[in-house]
Amino acid sequence: MTRAVITHSPREQDARVTPRVDMSTTLARLELPSPVLTASGCAAAGRELDQFFDITTIGAVVTKSIMMNPRSGRPTPRMAETPSGMLNSIGLQGPGIDSFLENDLEWLRRRGARAVVSIAGGSIDEYTRLASRLRHVPDIAAIEVNISCPNVESRGQVFACDPIAAAEVIASVRRNTAPGIPVLAKLSPDVTDIVAIAKAVVGAGADGLSMINTLLGMVIDTNTMRPALAGVTGGLSGPAIRPVAVRCIYQVHAQLPNVPILGMGGIRTGNDALEFVLAGASAVSVGTATFNDPSAPVRVAKELAIALAERGFARFEDAIGYAHRTPEPLAAPGGVVAVHPVNPEDDIADSDIRGGVEG
Amino acid sequence: MSESPKSGAIQVTGEVLSMRRAGDYFVLTLTAPGIPERARPGHFVALAVGGVTSSALLRRAFSIYTVQSRGVYGGTLEVVFAVHGAGTEWMSGLHRGQQVDIVGPLGKPFMLPKNPVPCVLVAGGYGSAPMFMLADALRARGCRVDLVFGAATESKLFGVLEAKRVAASITITTDDGSVGERGRVTDVLPAIMKRTDADVVYACGPMGMLREVARVATEHGAYSQCAVEESMACGIGICMTCVLPVIGQDGITRMVRSCVDGPIFRGDRVRWDDVDTIPDDVYGAPVKGGH
Repeated sequence: MTRAVITHSPREQDARVTPRVDMSTTLARLELPSPVLTASGCAAAGRELDQFFDITTIGAVVTKSIMMNPRSGRPTPRMAETPSGMLNSIGLQGPGIDSFLENDLEWLRRRGARAVVSIAGGSIDEYTRLASRLRHVPDIAAIEVNISCPNVESRGQVFACDPIAAAEVIASVRRNTAPGIPVLAKLSPDVTDIVAIAKAVVGAGADGLSMINTLLGMVIDTNTMRPALAGVTGGLSGPAIRPVAVRCIYQVHAQLPNVPILGMGGIRTGNDALEFVLAGASAVSVGTATFNDPSAPVRVAKELAIALAERGFARFEDAIGYAHRTPEPLAAPGGVVAVHPVNPEDDIADSDIRGGVEG
Repeated sequence: MSESPKSGAIQVTGEVLSMRRAGDYFVLTLTAPGIPERARPGHFVALAVGGVTSSALLRRAFSIYTVQSRGVYGGTLEVVFAVHGAGTEWMSGLHRGQQVDIVGPLGKPFMLPKNPVPCVLVAGGYGSAPMFMLADALRARGCRVDLVFGAATESKLFGVLEAKRVAASITITTDDGSVGERGRVTDVLPAIMKRTDADVVYACGPMGMLREVARVATEHGAYSQCAVEESMACGIGICMTCVLPVIGQDGITRMVRSCVDGPIFRGDRVRWDDVDTIPDDVYGAPVKGGH
């Protein structure tokens, strides 16, 4: 594996190695020049990362979930390293929607970066007010509705664990959002049947799905013999959760092949991103890997383009959901792999068991 | 992007030039093209550990000990570390020629006095690492520099010999009395401040020591600059894990990131007793039912 080394002028290095694959994609109605985005909570509002790469070249900046009011978050320790991952219990620290719009979003707008705004609420009413507040704000690419943050006091607040509550939030956000702006529902993997939640939010008007949020986890410090995090439990992220994310996306895409998916959960390399795309993601977010490598979003995009070219794909979009297709006879050696587009008439009937992996 | 070519953080692949033992610590010398000319006293670097396929994803942050912008190897820097866990264990096994991904320089550096006023620099353990660049910068401004280094025991002191070259005086304390005076740095600090008529106290070390140093400085009417130690995941301001309660100029306490708003804070602004908590009056504190 090679690793991009970003020195003084990353932009000069880009053109040289990027193969000719059309990397543009469409996520819901959102057209993106690159399928690689940042992940909510792993990029602040883009400004810090702009030191390391040109933030306008990636698909979009997905901002840290914002709430109505300023929020201090949880006490420290907020973080524990785990094998190929980490636990966090930040607790949605943030400046509140007014400061966010005035400072963070305004900076992104002036910088010319595409912004997917992530919102989080403690009640359906808060989500509604956030959506209304964003309704007349120009230059928002999409809204990601974080209904799945595990770092809240009450697990009952995790809307994404209940199909009815999840649908209520999404329906209200959709109603209060300008029709042209896609609404993505961010789902939790900590559910018995993620397909049921996906169907509920799509039925409520979600234009797309973001999968997956962190998994609820816990570390006990064996020296203090107490929980390592002040918040006791936290969200597990990083490559450790990647197989869970790929499974969730595969299952949902099998049942809802026409619903666009923004995939995330442990993507560190271009090959990792490719797994998500083959499983059914129309775009991907790079999250925790950015803590390890601040240039990860651009590096992953570059590696993904190479990985697609090596497999004979001329267009990124041809690879979406490829893992679901019936294997074709092998192409002639050195030839282009046969690529079948997703049938737009694909049924989403429950009886469709192509993706069924349950026992 | 950076306002000028010589400021802001960059990401570079460094190469190990040397690794040497210093008491209980290790001194790692790396090539780091571009970082030395941007580095100021108190800046830190964040190193990726374990190589590109490492299962340890979080960067390790270290104060910059020395930098050289010119020389046979171009820009180089040195950091001092102790083996605490798997990441630093890996670092201690680095050999000449191995590559290390470096992000830096990071954080806000020490603020320096405009006038040539007397300064006392207080360090606990290898918290002395950033004090040498600082002492040089202060002396270049004509400031008198007196050092106070403390540690549990002699092998946990760092840079005592070098300290004698950069300071008007050095006072050593150890908890076990193995060298210098038995006790804590704050046992000797008041007398040194009185003797030198210090206007500024700089400190780097454990949080408990910083709290006491800040208290002594304030009692003596001196200004203090403390380099805090909070665990960080990224070092660049995007993960929000390294926060602590700090009082702003407007009098409002906020949970601020020690990586980008620090790691150097005014000692009288940090709410030392409230570190690792969310004070009730902090900006955005939980209301009704909490979160």
